[in-house]
This record gives sequence, C-alpha cells and structure tokens, in this order.
Amino acid sequence: MLHTVNKSSFERNSLQSCVNIIDDTSVILFIEDGVINAANNSKSSMIADLAAQGRVFALQGDVEARGISSKLADNIKLVDYAGFVDLVVEHGTAVSWV
Amino acid sequence: MKFAIQVNEGPYQHQASDTAFQFAKAAIENGHEIMRVFFYHDGVNNASSFTLPPQDDRHVVNNWASLDIKDADGNPELVVCVAAALRRGMLDESEATKNSIEGNNLHPAFRISGLGQLIEAGIQSDRLVVFGD
Repeated sequence: MLHTVNKSSFERNSLQSCVNIIDDTSVILFIEDGVINAANNSKSSMIADLAAQGRVFALQGDVEARGISSKLADNIKLVDYAGFVDLVVEHGTAVSWV
Repeated sequence: MKFAIQVNEGPYQHQASDTAFQFAKAAIENGHEIMRVFFYHDGVNNASSFTLPPQDDRHVVNNWASLDIKDADGNPELVVCVAAALRRGMLDESEATKNSIEGNNLHPAFRISGLGQLIEAGIQSDRLVVFGD
C-alpha cells in the first residue's frame, strides 16, 4: 500500500495515525505540507526507522517550494510527479491521509 | 494502467487540485490512462467556466480541460457530482433550464453526474487516488 500524507505533524496527527497502522510492506509519500515531515525536526524520530528501510518518500517540487531541500532528515527519497505515479502503480491501493 | 482520480477541494484554495492535475498529467505522459476524474465537495469549483485568474497565474480549469479526458464515444470523463454542484451554484445548461435559472457555468470539458460514477470508477480502474484537504 502507498500512504500519502499531506499535512505537517505540527498541524495534524495524520502522520502518527498512519505510522501506527502501517504494515511491513507499505510506504509513505509526503506531498504538499506533508513534506515538512521530511525535514530534520523534533518529530523526525517518528519516521526514522521507516526511512532507514527506504520506505519514506517526499515530492521534490513541494520540498523545494518550502525551502527544506538542505534540511532533509536521513534516508528520505525524493520523487517527481512521474515517481509519484510509479509509486501508485507499484504499491497497489493508495490511501490518502487528509 | 487505468487510473481514476477523486478531487475534493476547489482551485486556488488548497493545493489538492494542483497536485491532482500534476499527477494526472504525469500519468498520461508516462503512458497510463486516466479513465475518470471525479470532482466532489468543493472540488466541483474546478469546473467553472467563469474562472478568470490573472494572466500570469495558472488557469486550473483550463488545465483540466487541456488533459482532454473522454470516453470512447467522446463524452467528457471530468465528472462533477450533481448534488455538490447544484448546492454550490455550478450548473450546466440542462440543470439551469430545469430549475428556471438564467445562465450556466459548467465548462464544456466537464459533465454533471451522480455519485454512482465515483463507485464505477473505483470498480473499473486499477487505481483510485484521492486528493483533498
């Protein structure tokens, strides 16, 4: 499964809810304000293990638009919109945490 | 692969409709099919032909129209939820006439239909991706 998260953890609890229920094969993609979760900050530990397993992605355009390219947490993989499409193809059902 | 997209937010209010458009564009450019885009809740505002953004801004409505998403018979597959549309003042010619209202504002690249079209899209597509706030 692909889980998209479009809110910062400083605004909503959607990422925490997602991390709580995610299974061992699913991946997370941060889009829109969700890319704030890809920055190295006080809540980064929430996704550190998943990121180390290569299961955390962020939409590059949204990362750049928010000026956090140089502040990314470890092991975050950047994708463009074509990469977003590939993730949906590869991981089956897409769950949108909004 | 066959994609369906659901858009729950209006343009210029939240990034959802821009993200949905960029996703749809990338899918088409990479050889996939968008079989339907379903506009629900405030998403119906993506279909207004009265939309006039400043010239140096993106035109979200025309962007959707430019994707030219149609079925095999040439009918638009940019589908606007009828209940969500009517309560927000989004009317095609037929709904305007039926309700004795002068004028209509549904862009011709879109059509008005019911929620069954969303369920059908979920069944017939390989993937349904939802964009909202």
